[in-house]
Order: sequence, then structure tokens, then C-alpha cells
Amino acid sequence: MPRVSKKTRFGLAFKLSFLILLSTAAIFFSAFAYNYSVSRRIMLQNVEQNAGSLASATANHIEEILARIETLPTLAALVLENQSLDAVRLEALVRNVVQANPAIFGSTIAFEPQAFDPRSEFYCPYAMRTAKNIDVTYLGGEKYRYHNLDWYIIPKETKRAVWSEPYFDEGATNIAMATYSVPFYREINGERRFCGVVTVDIALDWLREIMDGVKIFDSGYAFILSENGNFICHPEAKYVLKESLFSLAEEKGIPAWREAGHAMLDGKKGFISIPGIHFGRQAWMYYSPLPSANWSVGVMFPDEELFRGTRKLAYMIAGIGLIGFGLLFLLVVLVAVRITGPLRALTSKAAEIAKGNLDTPLPFVRSKDEVGDLSHSFEDMRTALKEYICDLTATTAAKERIESELKIAHSIQMNFLPRSFPPFPDHLEFRVHAGLEPAKEVGGDLYDFFLLEGDHVFFTIGDVTDKGVPAALFMAVTKTLMKGIALQTIDPASVLGAVNNELCQGNDANLFVTVFCGCLNYKTGELRYSNAGHNPPVVVQPGGDVQWLDLPHGLVLGIMENSPYETRILQMQPGCRLIAYTDGVTEAMNRDDEMFSDERLFDWVRGRGLQSPTAIVTDLLAAVHEYAEGTPQSDDITVLVFEFTGECSSGS
Amino acid sequence: MALLISVLLPLLTGRALAQSELVPVRFVPQWIPQAQFAGFYMAAEKGFYKGNGIDINLLRGGPDSPPAAMLASGDALFATMFLSQALEKREQGVPVVNIGQITQRSALMILARKGSGIHSPKDLDGKKISVWQDFRAQPLALFRKLGIQPQILPQTSTLNLFLRGGVDAASAMWYNEYHLVINSGIDASELTIMFYNEQGLNFPEDGIYCLRSTLEKNADLCRKFVSATVKGWNYAFTHRDETMAVVMRLTGEAHTGTNLAHQRWMFDRMKDLILPPGSTRPIGYLAPEDFSTAAEELKRCGIIQAVPPFEDFHAACIEKN
Repeated sequence: MPRVSKKTRFGLAFKLSFLILLSTAAIFFSAFAYNYSVSRRIMLQNVEQNAGSLASATANHIEEILARIETLPTLAALVLENQSLDAVRLEALVRNVVQANPAIFGSTIAFEPQAFDPRSEFYCPYAMRTAKNIDVTYLGGEKYRYHNLDWYIIPKETKRAVWSEPYFDEGATNIAMATYSVPFYREINGERRFCGVVTVDIALDWLREIMDGVKIFDSGYAFILSENGNFICHPEAKYVLKESLFSLAEEKGIPAWREAGHAMLDGKKGFISIPGIHFGRQAWMYYSPLPSANWSVGVMFPDEELFRGTRKLAYMIAGIGLIGFGLLFLLVVLVAVRITGPLRALTSKAAEIAKGNLDTPLPFVRSKDEVGDLSHSFEDMRTALKEYICDLTATTAAKERIESELKIAHSIQMNFLPRSFPPFPDHLEFRVHAGLEPAKEVGGDLYDFFLLEGDHVFFTIGDVTDKGVPAALFMAVTKTLMKGIALQTIDPASVLGAVNNELCQGNDANLFVTVFCGCLNYKTGELRYSNAGHNPPVVVQPGGDVQWLDLPHGLVLGIMENSPYETRILQMQPGCRLIAYTDGVTEAMNRDDEMFSDERLFDWVRGRGLQSPTAIVTDLLAAVHEYAEGTPQSDDITVLVFEFTGECSSGS
Repeated sequence: MALLISVLLPLLTGRALAQSELVPVRFVPQWIPQAQFAGFYMAAEKGFYKGNGIDINLLRGGPDSPPAAMLASGDALFATMFLSQALEKREQGVPVVNIGQITQRSALMILARKGSGIHSPKDLDGKKISVWQDFRAQPLALFRKLGIQPQILPQTSTLNLFLRGGVDAASAMWYNEYHLVINSGIDASELTIMFYNEQGLNFPEDGIYCLRSTLEKNADLCRKFVSATVKGWNYAFTHRDETMAVVMRLTGEAHTGTNLAHQRWMFDRMKDLILPPGSTRPIGYLAPEDFSTAAEELKRCGIIQAVPPFEDFHAACIEKN
């Protein structure tokens, strides 16, 4: 696929849809997350309460049973503290203890060495429940030194009744057992002395039944930890009396279990989230103490079951949200496409129009909204633009035609004037050079020179008022008349008079022309000249002296018939130069609107007047341009230089 | 019927005939099944005893199977004992001989609660401490050395008396009771622990013993038993998981109520005791200086009257390297 542009372009419909959907999604998800977390928290609070009550109820239930069991040996111990029973009564006592509570499996009264019988180190009747009745045996001997056993020595040394760490009673019953031992004392020689312990053994299988009755969700369960952190009850039989919460924490590498174990053994209550023991996944646990035995009950249930309802609700909400989101998506796309469809059509047509195809019809938009307005405005613009371009084309064509005509006129006008220099290469007696620069394509300045019979050369310089085509035509007429009349009479004043009269006739445009003309006898150097309102030429004497030519008064040509003109005579010495010009030279403006002026011209001639006519013309034009500094030329500029050399022509 | 088969089988197959040439040997370790005896289990499991011509019968040890008594009665041919126990039994007239020393480092230690104000051995003065009757030599020696007089109570097979606060300090084996206490929820930071080997009382512990008569009559069998056992330990150390599986099976059969975390700890510590870091002593070697430390201290405590000559007590049954 060719790459259209470096950056992917997204349309308005896309941007609109994207932004709306994004914000909607953001709002939805924040609401969703908030709802989820709040319902989770509420759920958790409820469950904490429920689990707490459950754990406490279970603990209380067990406590009650234990308390009932504790009563009997406690009473027996009280009896023993106050009475010295003989062997028969002792035996009856232990038997009664076992008989009194079916939960009690066995009971013993164990005496300190010589405490019962001064001859005997051991005295320990033990009543044990059997299938049929209650048997009494006597424990103690070299093989069974009970004084060093936990159930005896711990109450003795700690001076309090204690539940033993539960143990597995191998052989006889093969069930988990625990022993409750109560120390008893007697006053001997005024001293309260430890005499032995009364114990009861209970099987712990009923614990199991109680714990099995604790149901939390599907797989939640309850367990009991002993004072050493060992599992007394746990649905996983392999843990019972083998693993402690701490050994499991070590084996599985879960320090949180060790922390939980500490809290439980410290007799605390709590509700914590920990990696589930035997679920293998995160779980919640409520724990509650069993103070009489220093045990702790824990109820545990997996996270996922706890939050199943919340999660289901969340899925429902998410599902509804997603469906709604989908519908919203369709709606937004539809609206966006409807809005931007005309815009897109307009865009493609506008691109056509931008290429210059103004005839492209714009799509019709029915809607009365901003897009409709835009479309209508665009249509108006297209029409206006089309009309404007039509006008512009016509105007441009006309202008081009005029310009081309003016170019032709310019060329014709220039061809009027003598333009090959030197014009008379055979005549070394004088040299002449001229230059004309029109301000527009065609101008009103003129110059001319031609030879007349009798060693004369006639020259003219003139300036028609105004510029452009009328001035050019008037100049052409003037020039033609001047030449035509000068061929008949060589007196400049007569020539001007005759030309003036011709020009005055039918001069409805009221144009006029200033003319300076002269006729030089190139053999003698006598210059006869006359003037019709023209600027005075400058005379450069062979020695370099410069002066204004003394001009007779004469009205411009074309204003008034029969105006008088006068011819004057200047005797030119060889090397004398006459510099004639039009007011385009002296009135050339610089940027500060200051004229070149007669004075500046005069000074210029004083410095450069002895050059050849060609050089003077070229340099003076250059000087004027330099002075103008690029200011647009407002008038035609013409310079004509005549030099009388006085030399003899090679041909004569 | 069974009798008939047992009579007939050797006649029927040559292989059975070869098996019948194995010497039946009963061995009793000094305590219940646990990782402390993993090397013996693995030697039996992997057939190292059989490879040495021994038909081994691993008896289950424990409080009801005192090793010296069983050696004396002939119920067991070989047994393990602590060196101090063996010296004491000798004194009492059981002519036991050490034919291979398993552990080099003493694992016996004192555990005390920092909460009882015990931070060093000297702080034990006047405090209640429980001490195993069988392993009282090291504590007595230590107390005498330090000139302190703790109140000594007999120690049972559990540390519950200590855990319930009945005593301030207790004896413990590093590989066993120490870890049980830790896994009863007591943190190491709450305990002050004191190793006897760090107090100049490094008594060698687990060793293989038999009666002098056994050694005299059948020195070759002794050597074979010891070398198979050494092989068993070496195998165990290089096959930890396999060994742990065997140990857990045996502890399960004996209902000892233990767990994998504990047996693993015990096994790893046994390695530290049998092959202490930095030691080059081979398994089976008994260092004369360790022997005399123990024997002299026992004598000083009055547990034995005279120190037996090292050569009388120990017969090297491993190949010298």
C-alpha cells in the first residue's frame, strides 16, 4: 500500500467516536471499580462478622465441653487435698471420674515418691474405659518413670492445671488424646507441699465432629491449633499431630503462616487474608482463642468463594456495561457518520474546486444545521469565485491586448527617431548624439536631425505635454511637420511658426509641445536657432566654459495661431558643444521628491561637458538615473548633444 | 507350609542359595526413626549392607529399646550410642566397643529464654534447667567449669516443660529439639542458645557400637557393616530428596508425628555434624583428643571411675586414607 502521508490521519467521525467512547468507558469503569470495591468491602464486613461469630461459637462450644471435663479432676484434686484416701477409695475415685463423663477415656491419680506409701516410689492407680467396663491398673516402675513425664512434671513445675500437648496414643486406641492434669497439695508440717496430680485423658475425636460441623461456603473449614502450634484438628488428616502451622510455613516458604501462628498462640482474635492452608490459594481466616487449653480455633475459607457473589454481580454489571457500550458505540458511529458524511462529501468537492474545477457541483445538503450553512456558503463562494474569474479573464485579455498594442506603438515611435549613430559618418564637421527614454511605453518627447541643402544640418528637440498615446501621436505629427517644413525653409523661427499654425488647427485635445530647433552651417559654425517654450540648452565652449544658451521668447506650439517666433544666431567655434534636453532631465525626482534641477545639470555639464556627444548623452542619462535612485520615472527623458568640430569632411 | 518353602527354596535356586549366605545382622539406632539415622536407612535401602554380605534388620529404636541393653542381651548385634553413653555403659559392665564414629561435632546445646534474663551460660546460675539424664555429663562439666549452680530438673522426651515455662532453660539437640521449639512458634530471636562444642566440651555423639566379643569373633563383619554405613551416609548426602522420602516413609510407619520441614532440618544439621565445614575427618573416624575430652570430663563428673585406653574403646573399621 502506498503511504498517503507520514502520519495516520484520523477523520472527524473517528475522533468524535473515540473521544465519546473513551470518556464513557472511563466513567463506566470508575463507577464499576467503585461499586466493586464497595460491595467487596461490605461483603467482607459481613463475612468477618459471620466468621467471627462462627469461630467464637465453635470455641465456646469446645470450651464448654473442656470445662465440663476439667471439673472432675479439679474436684478430685480438692478431695485429695483435704482427705487421705486409702487404696480402695483412691481406686473408686479414679473409677468414678471415668464413669462420670463418657468423654473421659482414662483417669489417674499419680503421687510423688513416698507420698502415698513411704515404701514406694511410685503410686499411680489408673482407671481406663474399655469396651465393657472400667478397668483399674497401677502405673509406675523402672520401665515407666511417670515423674519425668510431661503430664506429671509440667503441672508440678508450673503449679497449675494444664492440658497436655495432644498426643497420638499408639497401641491401645490409635486416636488423638489429650490429658488434663491438676496438681494437688497437702499441708505437711505446716507447709503446702506438692503431692501429685490428678489427670483425665480424653480422646479428641469429638473435636473432629464439632469441627466437621463448621461449614463455611463450599470448601471453608475450621481447625484447631495446640499450644505448640500443632494441628489438633484439620480436615487434612496428615497434618494432625504431625505438622504445626510453623513447620508448614517453613516447608512451603510462607512466612505469613508463621505470623498468623504467633497471633493465634498469643490468644488473639483476628480476621486476616493469607495464603490458604491446604487450598493452595488466597484465603480469609478468622481465629479465636480457646483460653482454657491455650488452643486456638481458626476458620478458613477461600477468597474466591467469599467473593463469588460479588464477582458474579461484577460480571453482570460488566456484561450490561459492555452491551451498553456496544450500543453506544453503534449510536455514536451512526451519528458521527451522519454529521460528517455531508462534510466529507463537501470536503472532496472542495478539493476539486481547490484544483480549479469551479464547475464541480456541490452536494445538496438538506439539513438546516451548521453543515447546511457551510454547504450553502460554499456554494455562494463557488459562484462568486466563478464570476470573478470570468471577469478577471476578460479584463486580463483586454489588458494584454492594450499592452501588446502599446509595445507595437513604442517600437513604431522609436523607429520615428534617428537611432543610428553616428548619423552622418561622412561629415566630420559636427558630431551629434541623442537619447530618449520614455516614461511609459510611448512618450511625448521628440528629437530629430537631418541635413539640408547648403551645408546645413537641422535639429529639433521637443516635449509634448502629457505622455502616453495622445502625446505620442502629437509628437509624431510635430516631428513630421517640423521635418516637412524645414525642408522648405531653413529659418528656425519660420519653421516653428508654420508648425504652430498647423498644430493649432484641429487641436481639440488642447495638447501642446515645446520645441527648440536649430540649423547649423557646418562649414562656418553659424548656428541659427529658435525656441518655442523649451528649456534653455547649455553651451560648452571649446575652452570648457559653460553657459545657458540665450533663448528668444516663444510660445509653445499648438496653443495660439500666428504666435511670433524669433531666430537668433550663435557662432560656434570648433569644439563648441550644445546640450539640449527636455524637462525629464531637470525635473527627475529622487526618493525625497527633490528635482535634479537646472543647477545640478549645469554643474554636471561644467565637469563633464568636454566629452564626446555620445559620452555626454550616455553619462548624463546615467547620472539622472543614479540621482533618481530607482524612483519610477515620471516623464520622458531626452538629451541631444551637438558638437561643432570645424574639421573638413573627408568627402568634401 | 512356610517352613516347607523355606527349606525347599534354597535347594531350588542358586540365587536363593547365595542369599542364604548373607549374615543376618540386627541393628538398633538409639532413638525413634528420624533423619538422624538417614545414612543407615539409605545403606539398607540401596542394598549397601547386602553388597557387603549383610542381611540387615533395622530395628526400631526408642525409649523401649535401650541400645546397650539390646547389645548385651544379643537382641542387636550393632547399635548406635553417644560416646558418653557408651563410656557410662562400659563402666556399668557392658563391654561395648566403638567401631565407627559418625558425628564429629556435638549437637548438644542449651536453650534459654532471653525473657528469663539468660544471655550467656553464666546467667544460668540459680535458674531452673532441665537436663537429660543420659546426657548430663556435658551440662555438669559446664556448670562446674563456670562455677554456677543451676537448679537441675529431669528432662522428658519433649520440650513442653520448657515451652510451658516450667523451666528457664533446657537441653536440646541442635538437629531436633531446637527446631521443634522454633516450630512451636518461638522465634530464634527470643532464645539464647549455647553449644557445648563452643564451650570446650565437644563430645563426639553418634557412634556405632558392638560388644567386644562381636569385634573379636567377627572383625570382618564389623568392618563391612561400618563401610556400608559410611557408603549409606555418603549416598544420603548426595541424594537429599530421595533420602527425605525414605525418612518420611519410616517416620510415618512408626507414627512419630513428625513433618518434612523438621526431618529436612535434622538431615541438613546431621551433615553439619558428620562433615563439619573445614574438617577433613572421614566418616567413621574417632579423634583420640575428642575421646579423651569426653572421658576425662565423665571421670571428673564421677560418671566413670577410670578412663579406658583409647585402643580398648575404639577399633578403627574404616580404610585409612
